[in-house]
Amino acid sequence: MQIRIMIFGQLTDIINSNELTLTGIADTNSLVGELNKCYPALAETKYMMAVNKQTVTANTILKEDSIVALLPPFSGG
Amino acid sequence: MEDKKLYERYQRQIILNEFGEAGQQKLLQCKVLVIGAGGLGCPVLQYLTAAGIGTIGIVDDDTVALNNLHRQVLYSVNDIGLSKAERAASVLQRLNPDINIIPFIQRLTVENAFAIIRSFDIIIDGTDNFSTRYMINDACVLLDKPLVYGAISQFEGQVTVFNCRKKIDEKTVNYRDLFPQPPKDDEVLNCAEAGVLGVLPGIIGTMMANETIKLITGIGEPLINRLLTYNALNNQIYELELTTREETRSLIPANEILFKQMDYEWLCASSASSFEIDGDAFDELLENETIDVIDVRELNEMPAVNEFYHQKIPLKQIGESVTNIKSDTVVVFCQSGKRSKQAAALLSGIFGTSKKVYSLKGGIENWKKQQQAQRS
Repeated sequence: MQIRIMIFGQLTDIINSNELTLTGIADTNSLVGELNKCYPALAETKYMMAVNKQTVTANTILKEDSIVALLPPFSGG
Repeated sequence: MEDKKLYERYQRQIILNEFGEAGQQKLLQCKVLVIGAGGLGCPVLQYLTAAGIGTIGIVDDDTVALNNLHRQVLYSVNDIGLSKAERAASVLQRLNPDINIIPFIQRLTVENAFAIIRSFDIIIDGTDNFSTRYMINDACVLLDKPLVYGAISQFEGQVTVFNCRKKIDEKTVNYRDLFPQPPKDDEVLNCAEAGVLGVLPGIIGTMMANETIKLITGIGEPLINRLLTYNALNNQIYELELTTREETRSLIPANEILFKQMDYEWLCASSASSFEIDGDAFDELLENETIDVIDVRELNEMPAVNEFYHQKIPLKQIGESVTNIKSDTVVVFCQSGKRSKQAAALLSGIFGTSKKVYSLKGGIENWKKQQQAQRS
């Protein structure tokens, strides 16, 4: 099972890319665990998560071709 | 439209079928407050003035600097050192002398926010820091004002409309539904630190003006409960649906009096993790200091706690019960440490530096386990 992850704002500095493709991730909790393992700085950073363009606040099952977006808050004006 | 000159000024938008004279009348009767007359505020102000919003308020206590001019297009080199709110008002009044422009040369604070925001119909957030953004959000929730929100970072921007419903029974989303707590001030860089391409606030600010005009005239589909992100490098637009969070309301002060006690700058300057203490630190506080301990769980939640004296104030009521908290040091706890963290953040916002507020890490369950382990 393959999922796509879109990365926004300054999170791209942590992940070094604006897109990732991962396999074998069942839900958003395990995705966060996996990302924190690969990019420890992410664990210390605030962002919100959307699955297929819907924001999620609780653990959400991921399916084949789910698109996850990670968006940090912006303060600039 | 009776006034011929007015008709002529706005003729090109009045002839739009969806807009018409009725749309123009709505704009002329509307009062819009633009907070921040910087990168986002300049294009917002320029287009709303040109479009004929009847009353425009401009809040900004800052002065024009040379490094503002690449993106803050209302100002010129002659304005350097002068008040942004005042200069913007003067330039805009020349563009459209028929509307009412009110500059507020002051920083928005918990003291003046309610008085300023209350008399406007729609609020626009073009500020450049989290403490003001959270303060504006909370005030708009309490005053039930639609909030057009825009923010930028380097090459990307976000736009949305908060506190607004398409249907009467729809729940409204606000900024705290996206990000319940402000990030630490060193966690997210602002334009001054991270840089910004000059045209980006131009694009995002123009989008904010567009959303405002759609909201007022009732045309199209404003970004209510939807967040749009735009990337200036690849022109990618990504839109997502926003949803409410249950805990959001408990993070917003319950009323104007509590709002005025909030210390937003302090809230943004400190990290959420610094509120937490572990079981050992808690035991030490219990033994050596005069502290107020508060159980923020619902009243009948188990396990019961008999080991130390404490008050019971459920999370939902904690904002209204602050007068019961007397000591300079406060420890809040719940089952797992999650709700108490929210409570600690809320109380810290209210008390600022006057009290130290801690959340018991891992909750009472963990603490009881630890006590048992120490005994055996």
